Amino acid sequence: MVDGVGLAQPRPSSFGPLYDGPPIIEVRDLGISYGGKPALRDASFDIYRHEIFGIIGPANSGKTSFLRALNRMDDFTTGMEVRGSIHINGKDVNDWRNLYALRSRIGVVLPLPVGLPLSVYDNVAFSPRLRGIRKKAQLDEVVERCLTRAALWDEVKDRLGSLGSLLSGGQQQRLTIARALSQEPELLLLDEFSIAVDPVTTMRIEDVLKDLRSELTIVLVTNLVQQARRLADRTAFFLTGELVEIGATEDLFEGNVKDERTTGYIEGRYG
Amino acid sequence: MFTATALNRRSYRRQSVAKAVFCLMTVALVIPVLLILGTLVVKGAPAISWEFLFTAPTNNMTAGGIFPALVGTIWLVVVALLASVPIGVAAALYLSEYAPDNLLTRAINLAIVNLAGVPSIVHALFGFGAFVLFFRFNASILAASLTLAVMTLPVVIVATRESLQAVPHAFREACWNMGATRWQTIRKVVLPNSISGILTGVILEVSRTSGETAPIMFTGAAMFVPFLPQSVFDQTMALSYHLYNVSTQLTDVPEELTYGVALVLIAIVLLMNAVSIGFRIYLRGLKKW
Amino acid sequence: MDRRDAAWYIDKVAQWVVFVGGISAIVFIVGIFVFITKEGLDFVLGPLNLGEFFTSIAWRPTSNNPTYGALALIVGTASVTGFAMLLSVPLSLGAALFIAEFATGKTREVLKVLVEMLAAIPSVVWGFVGMSIMHPLIMRIFDVPLGLGVLNAGLILGLMAAPIMTTIAEDALKAVPDTYREAAEALGATRWEVIFKVVIPASRNGLLAAVLLGVGRGFGETMAVLMASGHAINIPTSPFDSVRALTATIASELGDTVRGGDHWGSLFTLGILLFVVTFVINLTADIVVRGIRKK
Repeated sequence: MVDGVGLAQPRPSSFGPLYDGPPIIEVRDLGISYGGKPALRDASFDIYRHEIFGIIGPANSGKTSFLRALNRMDDFTTGMEVRGSIHINGKDVNDWRNLYALRSRIGVVLPLPVGLPLSVYDNVAFSPRLRGIRKKAQLDEVVERCLTRAALWDEVKDRLGSLGSLLSGGQQQRLTIARALSQEPELLLLDEFSIAVDPVTTMRIEDVLKDLRSELTIVLVTNLVQQARRLADRTAFFLTGELVEIGATEDLFEGNVKDERTTGYIEGRYG
Repeated sequence: MFTATALNRRSYRRQSVAKAVFCLMTVALVIPVLLILGTLVVKGAPAISWEFLFTAPTNNMTAGGIFPALVGTIWLVVVALLASVPIGVAAALYLSEYAPDNLLTRAINLAIVNLAGVPSIVHALFGFGAFVLFFRFNASILAASLTLAVMTLPVVIVATRESLQAVPHAFREACWNMGATRWQTIRKVVLPNSISGILTGVILEVSRTSGETAPIMFTGAAMFVPFLPQSVFDQTMALSYHLYNVSTQLTDVPEELTYGVALVLIAIVLLMNAVSIGFRIYLRGLKKW
Repeated sequence: MDRRDAAWYIDKVAQWVVFVGGISAIVFIVGIFVFITKEGLDFVLGPLNLGEFFTSIAWRPTSNNPTYGALALIVGTASVTGFAMLLSVPLSLGAALFIAEFATGKTREVLKVLVEMLAAIPSVVWGFVGMSIMHPLIMRIFDVPLGLGVLNAGLILGLMAAPIMTTIAEDALKAVPDTYREAAEALGATRWEVIFKVVIPASRNGLLAAVLLGVGRGFGETMAVLMASGHAINIPTSPFDSVRALTATIASELGDTVRGGDHWGSLFTLGILLFVVTFVINLTADIVVRGIRKK
């Protein structure tokens, strides 16, 4: 099945009041390839403000590539080519002259936790300092607020000076989230954040994400189908570089699908 | 079923023989050098004294010490480092942090390999033609040091690039994702975590630079200068060139004295080298991630 | 929001600065070629007789009727380098195999450090060793009148080139993925078979590059050869004969020449020859190594 475009069209009318207003992200005919090898083909869809947008699919389906294209990491990745367009807030990401200003508005959490080899405090103060915040009191406030939101404050408040890269995996992942929040982003991208995190921490982070929905828009790439079910308002299913299905999460999980492959993946028949 | 067959036993025996042969080859490589070093120490040690280190040669360089040569070598090394470390670190930063995988990058890498591979006497010809004559520095510390700097540039570049690349890529991506520019990423995360590795490379370069002779023979080193250098435009004595002179150009130099010069030179070079290696091993033990 | 701020400009400036540093290596290597060619060009276009240069052994730049035959110098360099390689290629490959495949733990670390220290010994010290230690030793052992020559310089050069070859060869052996070794061992191969049927074939190109770079090093070595070879223009017929190398000729004669004169130009011409040959050797080694990376 080559032509998935019919399925890829968003259906704003059916999503209720959550999705009024223009979409925050508009993706049109997006194609991504690495050194000529396609990773994603002809994807077109919208993501709306204040939704948690889940993306599921087996490995190599183009999920991560999509996130990388969103904050133009293709510029820093040899061999990565992006065709088509992505508009964020109505502006094509390729039109940004100051690429770094674009990235500073998008928080990113990657599969493997990355605590920078700086103190915990400096990890979280990194982005505010880039924005020019120098006052100690102001930084203190940001650090405490973001660590608290990321459910890490209680564990590290007594050792803010120790290396962020030496925390445990789960702590580092929450530190990464605190760092992303310190950017005060409009958009938070999470890429399989729970891979290196224990289940208890995962649940704590999921609660945080639910809270955050009122403040920002979240794109959640996950390899755990049930995680998408728990969190996402709408979910897209990618398969080997193709956007197979997009719809309200509930619909997808109740078998209300256009393409049998979606149900097959959700029910674990492959993937 | 699990008993050794004749075939098994034979190949096992062959393995032991191979191991022994290779071990012998390694020993054959290492032993002569240790013997040589031992001879240098035994024959050179009697010459070493405070006076030897801190006085100038006398009696047509057949007696006295090596102080001007020692000071000259320090001048040469310091000026060479001042020139090559900034350029070398910049080059390594470019190659490790910016360079795309294209023809230019490959050309740069090839140029680095060649800079290291071009014979030292050719570097000397270049230094003579370029720095002494074309840029009119005449035979001076400046000309000699710049020649040394070009020659040892690959040492800094390679060591720096290695320590930059030891910093995991994930750290860079994390910074970029927060909107840090490449330079901010380098300054705040990459450099602080590779600076000690770079230092290792610099010490290694000190070791290399202080032993070189051919590149400075015509560009700034002199056989005998009765005073210490006052500026980079002076000629100077140098330990390596001094060793060449006392062992080939002059007659009547007591054996003990030439061995003393050789011992001091090799002690400096190997000490610097050992410091560099020790520092590297120490750093490997520190875990920051 | 989307305005280029100070950080953006600083980043751009930094990018340019490091780019300049990056291409400096190219600038220098081109500069070397340009400057030695500039000084040697008059000689190459004027008095140089290529036939004489490559076939005559008469290197008499200072006689009233100067001749510039470099054959003896080329043979001198080749004989010393060849002798050195005869000694050091097997030894360094053997040592590399031992360090990479057999030695473990502390032994391995110590050997690696030792080899690295050996590579650091300055060439003028090696030359001194050739004159003061090997010279009398060779005279005594072989009962010959002179200990400076092909044998002495070859031994010295072999010991000098060996650590470099060992290091590069060991890197090449270590670059063979452990999965290859494990796969072969799982099939019941002994260590010996693993090394000769898996590791060496897989690292063939790297080992070849190591030998090439060793040859390049020997070919371009100056001070040690100058001091240990006897420095006499001669086509050697025995290992005890003195010879004279291309590099040593430049080092010993450049100080006595007049700038711009034929003798001066002839020495720079030798420099061009040395540059071109080492460049070709390094280029070949690079291509050989890149060959593996492509796979």
